[in-house]
Amino acid sequence: MRNFAYYSPKNLADAIAAIRDSGGDILAGGTTVVDLMKIGVREPSALVDITGLAELEGHEIGADRIRFGALARMGHLADDKYLVAAAPVLTESLWKAASPQLRNVARLGGNILQRTRCPYFRDTAYAQCNKRSPGSGCAALDGGETSHHAIFGGSSACVAMYPGDWAQALIAFDAEIHTQGPGGRRRIPFADLHVLPGDTPEVETILQRGEIVTEITVPIVPALKASHYLKARDRESYAFASASAAVGVELDGDAVRDVRIALGGVAATPWRARAAEESLKGKPLTEESARAAGRIAFADARELEGSAYKIKLGADVVAGALMTAKSRANGGK
Amino acid sequence: MTSKTSPPCDGLSRRNFLRTTGAAGAALGVGIRHAAAHQPGSGVPPDAQPKIELTVNGRLRTLTVEPRTTLVEALRDTLGLTGTKIGCNQGQCGACTVLLNGDRVNSCLILALSANGAEITTIEGLANPDGSLHPMQTAFAEQDAFQCGYCTPGQILSAIACIDEGHAGSADEIREYMSGNLCRCGAYPNIVAAVESVRDSKEG
Ligand SMILES: Cc1cc2nc3c(=O)[nH]c(=O)nc-3n(C[C@H](O)[C@H](O)[C@H](O)COP(=O)(O)OP(=O)(O)OC[C@H]3O[C@@H](n4cnc5c(N)ncnc54)[C@H](O)[C@@H]3O)c2cc1C
Ligand code: SF4
Ligand code: FES
Ligand code: FES
Repeated sequence: MRNFAYYSPKNLADAIAAIRDSGGDILAGGTTVVDLMKIGVREPSALVDITGLAELEGHEIGADRIRFGALARMGHLADDKYLVAAAPVLTESLWKAASPQLRNVARLGGNILQRTRCPYFRDTAYAQCNKRSPGSGCAALDGGETSHHAIFGGSSACVAMYPGDWAQALIAFDAEIHTQGPGGRRRIPFADLHVLPGDTPEVETILQRGEIVTEITVPIVPALKASHYLKARDRESYAFASASAAVGVELDGDAVRDVRIALGGVAATPWRARAAEESLKGKPLTEESARAAGRIAFADARELEGSAYKIKLGADVVAGALMTAKSRANGGK
Repeated sequence: MTSKTSPPCDGLSRRNFLRTTGAAGAALGVGIRHAAAHQPGSGVPPDAQPKIELTVNGRLRTLTVEPRTTLVEALRDTLGLTGTKIGCNQGQCGACTVLLNGDRVNSCLILALSANGAEITTIEGLANPDGSLHPMQTAFAEQDAFQCGYCTPGQILSAIACIDEGHAGSADEIREYMSGNLCRCGAYPNIVAAVESVRDSKEG
């Protein structure tokens, strides 16, 4: 790892100034940043450690929304019993991610901005990677191993998969991101935060340089209580998703009044499956309609070499998650 | 029960002192190459060798690091505490697990500078001063919960935290909450047995 200047500001204004003056990267828990620096993928000239910004800590469950400070730790939230009851999809997608040690360190702001695990992006021995060095090509598409790449949202320049779990719960439930940067404050629908790779896979979000995520808010809707995160992995625990689904339902008698479906492990960005949601609205939620919704969710997937399994697995995961959400809507666990 | 936490007066008062002076705010961007210890709130240039303070196994230590020094390097190379192991060096195996302010963490992904002022417990800090082992160390020996032993320091720290967090309710829960520690020798069933035995002796 190359050396770098290190700043540890104590308030937002100083942090924004330090990023502006140093041109440095933001450091939160560091489980992505330090990792990428050690393997030479990122070589920032400075790091601005924001973990001293006490104003970005904490979370609360309010009357109409849940607010998360960007520095809240994954592990602490996953174990919050009020949150488990109010929004199971938000806690399940946290404790099924990474490991206890990583969750004790990783912060929510860093979590949503984690980088892809594409092995060619992470290995500088491969010269070709448009995301790491724009214009160099794509080792994955150029005969590489693509069984863990994106079957939604990829481009001819990059098919890297967005690996995070929690983001799927956020996009399913219309979360918003609150930021502060050199240009002031703004509020961004979570669905607008990440951008598709297109011709510029090095650009992953709409955040400006030095723009700090301060909090994340999730509106409370009835489907949040009857929600679930189902994650299928290559091993039972401590692995990124092969396919996952963040779902929630609100029933009116038998009929679906509201339903949310987002897909993990399969797309270039957090991915909402709107057509699958529409297919269920106003209709009874049965095993059959859940399976149909799963198929609809993957109808326009673009299979890559070795990734056909994701289409079948993903459809099954969506259906399974919906059935658990249904039982929760009916008062089950 | 154990000597795992540090004597409160020494460690804690020192940390609070550091926090307060840090919050009072050294100016941003000022490199303090020769200062006594790095102050939160200030900046460190890339070629600096800042001093940090860690309370390791109850003893306050002042050490010189580089910005890029990770916590595990500071523990092993600077302080000579080689009980903490480096496996993957990428947050994937748990060999480098230590307790930081009571939480289990991978010390390979934490910058030493970010840990400034923290309390760290490593495998060397578990036994009692009279040399008697921590119950989790005894349980690992009794249950034969290792073969080569390379993952064991990390497993033991993680296992202690697993019980403290309340995540040792069943064998399944232990497996889930010990999944951040890989064992290439495959001692997993015996590790679960060790955690269960300590949990049960605590309950009893
Ligand atoms: C072995 C391993 C397994 C993992 N498994 C999973 C998994 O199964 N599921 C999963 O979801 N994740 C997984 N992760 C990823 C992990 O969850 C993320 O690395 C972590 O959440 C990032 O949080 P952090 O605080 O450490 O971020 P950092 O590493 O500090 O930062 C990450 C990025 O966000 C930026 N940043 C951080 N905070 C802010 C902010 N407030 N405003 C603006 N920018 C900011 C940083 O500049 C950086 O680009 C795994 C990681 C490892 C190492
Ligand atoms: S898929 Fe994207 S990240 Fe992976 S090698 Fe291709 S360009 Fe790089
Ligand atoms: S050495 Fe730190 S997790 Fe493997
Ligand atoms: S005992 Fe050898 S790696 Fe676990």
